[in-house]
Amino acid sequence: MTMIFGVPAAAFYGQLLLGLINGAFYALLSLGLAIIFGLLKIINFAHGAQYMLGAFAAWLLLNMLGINYWTALFLAPLIVGATGVLVERFLLRRIAHIDHIYGLLLTFGLALIIQGVFTNWFGVSGNRYAVPEALRGGMNLGFMFLPYYRAWVVVIALAVCFGVWFMIEKTKLGGYLRAGTENPALMQAFGINVPLLVTLTYGFGVALAAFAGVLAAPIYSVAPGMGANLLIVVFAVVVIGGMGSIMGAILTGLAMGIIEGLTKVYYPEASNTVIFLVMIFVLLFRPSGLFGKEA
Amino acid sequence: MKTMKTVLTAAITAALGVSSAQAQISDNEIRIGYLADMSGIYRDLAGPNGLEALRMAVEDFGGSINGKNIRILSADDRNSPDVASSTVRQWVERDRVDMVQGLIASSVTIAATRVINGTNTLGLVNGSAASSITNEHCTPNHIHWAYDTYPLANGTAAAVVAEGGKDWFILTADYAFGHALENDVRNVVEAAGGRIVNTVRHPLATNDFSSYILQAQASGAQVVGLANAGGDTVNSIITAGEFGLTQAGQSVAALLLFLNDVHALGAETAQGIQLVTGWYWDMDEDARAWADRFYERTNARPSMVQAGIYSSTMHYLRGVEATGSDRAADVRQWMAENPVNDMFAKGGYVREDGRMVHDMYLARVKTPAESSNAWDLYEIIRTIPGDEAFRPLSDSVCSLVNQ
Repeated sequence: MTMIFGVPAAAFYGQLLLGLINGAFYALLSLGLAIIFGLLKIINFAHGAQYMLGAFAAWLLLNMLGINYWTALFLAPLIVGATGVLVERFLLRRIAHIDHIYGLLLTFGLALIIQGVFTNWFGVSGNRYAVPEALRGGMNLGFMFLPYYRAWVVVIALAVCFGVWFMIEKTKLGGYLRAGTENPALMQAFGINVPLLVTLTYGFGVALAAFAGVLAAPIYSVAPGMGANLLIVVFAVVVIGGMGSIMGAILTGLAMGIIEGLTKVYYPEASNTVIFLVMIFVLLFRPSGLFGKEA
Repeated sequence: MKTMKTVLTAAITAALGVSSAQAQISDNEIRIGYLADMSGIYRDLAGPNGLEALRMAVEDFGGSINGKNIRILSADDRNSPDVASSTVRQWVERDRVDMVQGLIASSVTIAATRVINGTNTLGLVNGSAASSITNEHCTPNHIHWAYDTYPLANGTAAAVVAEGGKDWFILTADYAFGHALENDVRNVVEAAGGRIVNTVRHPLATNDFSSYILQAQASGAQVVGLANAGGDTVNSIITAGEFGLTQAGQSVAALLLFLNDVHALGAETAQGIQLVTGWYWDMDEDARAWADRFYERTNARPSMVQAGIYSSTMHYLRGVEATGSDRAADVRQWMAENPVNDMFAKGGYVREDGRMVHDMYLARVKTPAESSNAWDLYEIIRTIPGDEAFRPLSDSVCSLVNQ
């Protein structure tokens, strides 16, 4: 049997693939954070709660209204994104002119409130969301059993990530967004409605978090605390990739998923900390992140 | 000399004062403090519904004993031993609380029982798992009621090995509770002629378990033992199902699983899992009748912890009524001298180390076809007699046990 670093090759490939799948979640979440930070300069601490809201929206749509997974995949991000629009319009905008640290505090407070309310309503044990009929079961790849649903997650998450990247880097709308990031005053002078752009950007970032939440619903327990665990890791991913860098967020997300996955084989005790070790090293040698512009 | 006399007189007066206060209800009120995780990871197994169970017991006593009012205080311990210590100290010294109920996380319980040790306050422990609470951490001021880790490892692991599950892979939560449980399981499995193929320790509150499940599949073990708790156990089981672990012939043994966890998983995902529980709401007529009353108030079926809260409070209040005292030593003595026969236990008794010995149950989670509703989840497959279930006194290191 071929061995890679003391682990059978088959197991090694399996872990690489699983790492990539988890990395796709990180990529999707850090992408939303990076977009919001790029334009609003706000570190959105409510991102984990909004991811949780996405999962709960899907669960509630199914259990209250009988709306299936495929519809929820579009509907849940739309609903949660709309709440994001309200948050930006009525809360974040009021403090946009003062230090951005207040935006961080506001979103952090919001996250605690949302999580507290959901804990009160639904308890902490979580709820089960069944894998959609069409994606049940899995295939034997020879080196591992791959559930169809996980394969679907990695494909759709990567498609969305690169779609968003394409939209921002290559289309006219993306051009406005990037210009708004560079110089909002000049954009306003050109007749672009910058406040609307800001509102929609925040809503879109939130919708991406909710989308990740719907994807996560069938594989993790849908529980009020599900986002809080993930958020800190995703922040580390954004810091490693470089705040505000779209491609940086995606690639770093995937890479960190793989590094974490391999740590789970070689030294599982450190699997929750390895990403922070990487973060420390990156900050020591490239303080603006791997893909960030030098400040 | 004169000073000496004064001091002596004062001491005698004080002593007389204390003794005349014996066999009395202090402050003309019986005060019960409910200390539990009300908002964190253990909220569902005790939490607000546990407080409801306590209220039911007080109401069943008519809210007073011999005209002395029963008052309930409650606090969120936030799973912090520091918060627990300061809350309990305040309760004992300022509010003169007579009994502390709930006590969920083991670390919280150990901290809280240290504070009440030597006072007139009695602690009734229901949520905690650690068997050390009535072993090296035993005090004359507390009783451990619902369950502990000893029968969890003993009951589940022994049953699985007896059915032929000899080779084990253990997935352990990497902290004190997980290590203790892993160790207990290792002893039981090896004593029964089984073998531990591999163990993997994962950090507390891990998000994704697929990597560990893959390692468990690669290990070739027959049984994957989960020495973790709460959300970690739930996510391990979901992922095991997703990756077809059981279809491939391996089985999952969850060593600590509460009714609320199984309810969260649903029968579809959790079916076939074996677990040990101290009580189940549908196990007999008395349990069902009480669970129905509980359901009317909370819209949920009680966990063994919530049932233990009701049962231990009733036994305590009977003790207060019988002795006419709310002093810890008096009530504990009564509670130890009188058997527990109620909706929770039949023929249960409190040992000198503070362990309430009662039957434990080996259960199997029903299949969706067998389960008639979302709470119809367990089939009791074996009763583990109390004297077999808990750590024998001959192995005890508790200072209260005469050896």
